Amino acid sequence: MTTETILWLIPLPPLLAFFLIVLFTNRWRGLSHSLAIGAAFLSWLGSMAVFVRAVGTHELGRHPFTQSIPWLPTADTWLRIGVYLDPLGAAVLFFVAWTILMIFIYSVGYHNYGQPQGDHDVKGLPPHGATVKDAHGHAHKVPSVEPMYSRFFAFISLFAFGMYLLVVSDNLLTLFVGWEIMGLCSYLLIGFWYGKPSARDAAVKAFMTTRIGDVFMLLGIAFLYSATGSLSFATIFREDVLHTLASVPTPILGLSAAGLISLLLFIGTVGKSAQWPLHVWLPDAMEGPTPVSAMIHAATMVSAGVYAVIRMFPLLRLDAGTMSIVAFIGAFTALFAATIAVAQNDIKRVLAYSTISQLGYMIAAAGIGAYVAAAFHLITHAFFKALLFLGSGSVIHGMEHGVLHTGEHIDPQNMFNMGGLRKKMPITFWTFLIGGFALAGFPLVTAGFWSKDEILADAFGHGHLAVFLTLAVAAFLTAFYTMRQITLTFLGEPRTKAAEHAQETPWTMTLPLIVLAIFAVAYGWVGIPEHFPILGGVVPNWFHEFVGSTLSEMPEAAPFNWVPLLTSLLVSLGGLGLGWWVYRGVRTVEEDKFQIPVLKNKWYFDEAYTFLFVRPSYWFAEKVVYLALDKGLIDGVLHTIGRSAAVIGTALRTYIDKAIINETIGDGTAKVVKSSGAELRPIQSGRLQQYMVASLLAFLLITALLYYFLVLA
Amino acid sequence: MQFPFLSVIVFTPLVAALIILMLPARRKDLVRSVALAAATLDLILSAWVYLTYLLQGLDGYQFVEQYSWLPTLGISLHFGVDGMSTPLILLTGIVMFTGVLISWGEERNGVSAGIQDRPREFFAFLFILASGVFGVFASLDLFMLFFFYEIAVFPMYLLIVIWGWVVTREYAAMKLTLYLFVGSVISLVGALAMVWTAYQNTGVLSFDLLHLEQAGFSAEFQRLWFLPVFLGFAVLGGIWPFHNWSPDGHVAAPTAVSMFHAGVLMKLGAFAALRVGIMLMPQGAKEWSWLILGLATVNVVYGAFIAFVQTDFKYVIGFSSVSHMGLVMMGFATLSREGLLGAGLQMFSHGVMTALFFAVVGMVYDRAHTRHIPDLGGFAKVMPYPAIGFIIGGLVSMGMPGFSGFIAEFPIFMGVWKTQWLIAVIAAVSIVVTASYILIIVRRVFFGEASEVLLHHHVGDVTPLDKLAIVTLCAFMVGLGLFPGLMAPMVGRGVDYILHLLGGA
Repeated sequence: MTTETILWLIPLPPLLAFFLIVLFTNRWRGLSHSLAIGAAFLSWLGSMAVFVRAVGTHELGRHPFTQSIPWLPTADTWLRIGVYLDPLGAAVLFFVAWTILMIFIYSVGYHNYGQPQGDHDVKGLPPHGATVKDAHGHAHKVPSVEPMYSRFFAFISLFAFGMYLLVVSDNLLTLFVGWEIMGLCSYLLIGFWYGKPSARDAAVKAFMTTRIGDVFMLLGIAFLYSATGSLSFATIFREDVLHTLASVPTPILGLSAAGLISLLLFIGTVGKSAQWPLHVWLPDAMEGPTPVSAMIHAATMVSAGVYAVIRMFPLLRLDAGTMSIVAFIGAFTALFAATIAVAQNDIKRVLAYSTISQLGYMIAAAGIGAYVAAAFHLITHAFFKALLFLGSGSVIHGMEHGVLHTGEHIDPQNMFNMGGLRKKMPITFWTFLIGGFALAGFPLVTAGFWSKDEILADAFGHGHLAVFLTLAVAAFLTAFYTMRQITLTFLGEPRTKAAEHAQETPWTMTLPLIVLAIFAVAYGWVGIPEHFPILGGVVPNWFHEFVGSTLSEMPEAAPFNWVPLLTSLLVSLGGLGLGWWVYRGVRTVEEDKFQIPVLKNKWYFDEAYTFLFVRPSYWFAEKVVYLALDKGLIDGVLHTIGRSAAVIGTALRTYIDKAIINETIGDGTAKVVKSSGAELRPIQSGRLQQYMVASLLAFLLITALLYYFLVLA
Repeated sequence: MQFPFLSVIVFTPLVAALIILMLPARRKDLVRSVALAAATLDLILSAWVYLTYLLQGLDGYQFVEQYSWLPTLGISLHFGVDGMSTPLILLTGIVMFTGVLISWGEERNGVSAGIQDRPREFFAFLFILASGVFGVFASLDLFMLFFFYEIAVFPMYLLIVIWGWVVTREYAAMKLTLYLFVGSVISLVGALAMVWTAYQNTGVLSFDLLHLEQAGFSAEFQRLWFLPVFLGFAVLGGIWPFHNWSPDGHVAAPTAVSMFHAGVLMKLGAFAALRVGIMLMPQGAKEWSWLILGLATVNVVYGAFIAFVQTDFKYVIGFSSVSHMGLVMMGFATLSREGLLGAGLQMFSHGVMTALFFAVVGMVYDRAHTRHIPDLGGFAKVMPYPAIGFIIGGLVSMGMPGFSGFIAEFPIFMGVWKTQWLIAVIAAVSIVVTASYILIIVRRVFFGEASEVLLHHHVGDVTPLDKLAIVTLCAFMVGLGLFPGLMAPMVGRGVDYILHLLGGA
């Protein structure tokens, strides 16, 4: 098969699996998950095949694999859909395929495949456990299988389809299609347990918030299309097209067309990748099952947003104004989200805010022109964040086991109910530790260190000091809250009975953790800067060479400097150390000094948005548009016309119709006839003589008249 | 001679109506069977016409038939369809078929779904209306177009007053009829002016649209007459500020009539405004397009906002139609290839979508006896088909890729951006608002806590015929969304012809 053919085929298996499960195999759990995992495996196989070929292709950046067919006719041509694979696409496809496959396998264990049906489980709510009797006749509770097991696999298959479609697409239109499909899937999956009101609300919130970004993105696409007549990457990124776009001014903010288009597209990313100010949906998205969180946070949705920014980089970098906005939003988000993460107690919420923060790093990197660093961090982050989410899911799963076993009524996601889990769940602990250290940027051995260091080095090397400092502070906080999380969860002694009885999860869950942990360490080695002391040059900086060649001119790696390296070492080790030191002895939530209200309440953004946007739009729609305009003005005018018509009609009837017209023409004529008749009656006396006299007089009169007119005149 | 497809399509419902009227009123199921047979026949024929047009890659007016009727006045029965009207013929076939299906209904403990009261008269009137609708889409003669137009509007009054929602039916039926008649009278005056002027210009007295296209109306004439003619028809398309009859009318009408009404009749207005207004007076259209664009934009945003705050399920859909028809007019007003293409697709897509919406609302109402959204909830469990149907329809209305709404809205937005980017930005607000009201309904009505109503009334699932109707409608929305090539090239050729009349603008 040609590479192009494989590219066409990559997204299809998950889509097929989605339809098969929904239409046919919904009833059989094992068949459904086999279909989904089989499909994910086929896509993975295809991705690996094209990845290998891409790596082996000389000058792939100049001559990417691409092919397209017509889809929707517009103007003079058809909008085409097609596939496209350049080095960036290949690198992204690699991590997407791995993480998706791992998450799929993990979901089997997470949803308790093989366990009995729950006693009182209903569709739309998480399983509550089943009572089973052991050999001795003792009844005890065990986890029960998810009631909507098959449906889950159908939805995540569709999700995977959206992501693959987005990555292999050769144009913004199909990218947008994949983008929206993922938006839809996030809605379906965050609200998967739709029986919980909080899940329903979170689903709507996620969909609506990202939708706001999408509308801007759509406008950006419309603008781009009307300016260039094409949406395909190959055309848009041609030198002459870029040149034209950069030189056309627009009336907004003094941006060039290129600047405005990329700004609009970037707002789409702000929504999708949960950047400030559209970040509010991501933490609530934790309402979904944990594999979904991993899907959204690592493998698919939020990565798609960053991918779009990196993909549009040739356009983005044309306008310095837009670049500054992007850098600012990224850096600000990185710091802002990190502060919130410090005060969260839910194990998944900490990770949620850390995702927002890490995405901020990537966005900031793109904004300062560090193209390769942004892509590098995107990939390493995907691996370790998938690992962390799956790890946290494993922890929660183990805790839930303990909760069922002991019958305690505690929140299995609250870290202050955990502690000491390292002994109970060793694989989860060690893999989580690797993931956490990668997130914190633990020097040299973790992938996160290399990618984060590259961003800091770029920011410093190219003179973006403000960005550098912000990101450094954020990195410190990251290390701090990561260690806080690890300490509270795994170290020390169990804080509850449930934690004492926690149990390691089955192999379907731990295997993905191990695979991802390997990547969370080893993937960093492909991008070690050449001039790094001692290690530099031992392994060639393959990542930079490969992904960098996507751009028409190879971006320059930042020159080596000790300042960013030392900063990087300091914040990472300092944060980790401090985190351990502060939390090593904390037993209860009251002892935690960082439960600061403003941080716990996420800087009150939810409240502010309700006050600023949600309520006013209700008010506007209800009071202004509906009541005032539609009911008041338009219907008012209508009813006034109706009433006036009645008034006018009555008036016409009374004063004109009856009074005048009727009097003169209708009844009037009759009256005249009648009265004339009465008046004239005396003439008709019946006496012959009288008639004769009258006739004679008439005859004389007529003769006289005739004589006068005919003879005299 | 070719088989007279179009005449058969147009007159089948009329003949069926006469047959139905002769059946005994007691034999309700016989009446329904005859109705279903006629509707199925029309669906098959219209699908045949559509597929022939599509697969043979035809262009221009096809399936043309012409019968002399009143030669002295230049009036003839002249039928023919092009790339713009062929999808609408198919749409009418679909809505007619599904409308009959969901009107069949059932009557059992406390549930009286569909039309149980005098179905004989109901179907007779409904089919007279359907004949009129087919007639307008197929007519190539201005007089006949008006003739069928009035036939389509007139039974509406009776259908609403007799079978409508008791609370508002008299008010709504009167409002609707008055609006539509006034609109059509205004258009008629304009049409007569056109015919007369064409007579003076060419010396031939003819109502033939193809003749009138070549009549060479002066710029002065077009400037004067375009607006009355366009707006007169656009009233039926729901253009702001003459949209007000439509939500009231939709809500008061019985389900199948709402489906017809929002699904097809509003397209009738838009189509006639295009066919008579824009295509006969292209100069006038260019002159006034800014105004139409402005009004349509108001439609789009305004309708969405009002839909957002309605608490009556059916009113939400009613106002969403106002919003979505605005997109059609916006597309028209761009007078560009993208805009017109999108508008053509949107007419079909919205027709199917809104028919589905009203069908679902009807199914819920027939069983719950209320449409007050806060009182509803949990319907996904008892009636999964309507729930999934509504979600798919909702995705269409949000313009989600993979569904027909996207391939219609996307070109419209591109066309509008080219014409006036600011309008596109303003109209884009509606995308967000639309998504909110759809999601609110889905969350509340279908997935919310099971409501009092639901628990109290022992609401059951819908009938198999209802399910068939839902599946049919969904199939078209998804099919078109995935394979726009099934319709877009055809509409594109129709658009080419319009652009040719506009002078290659």
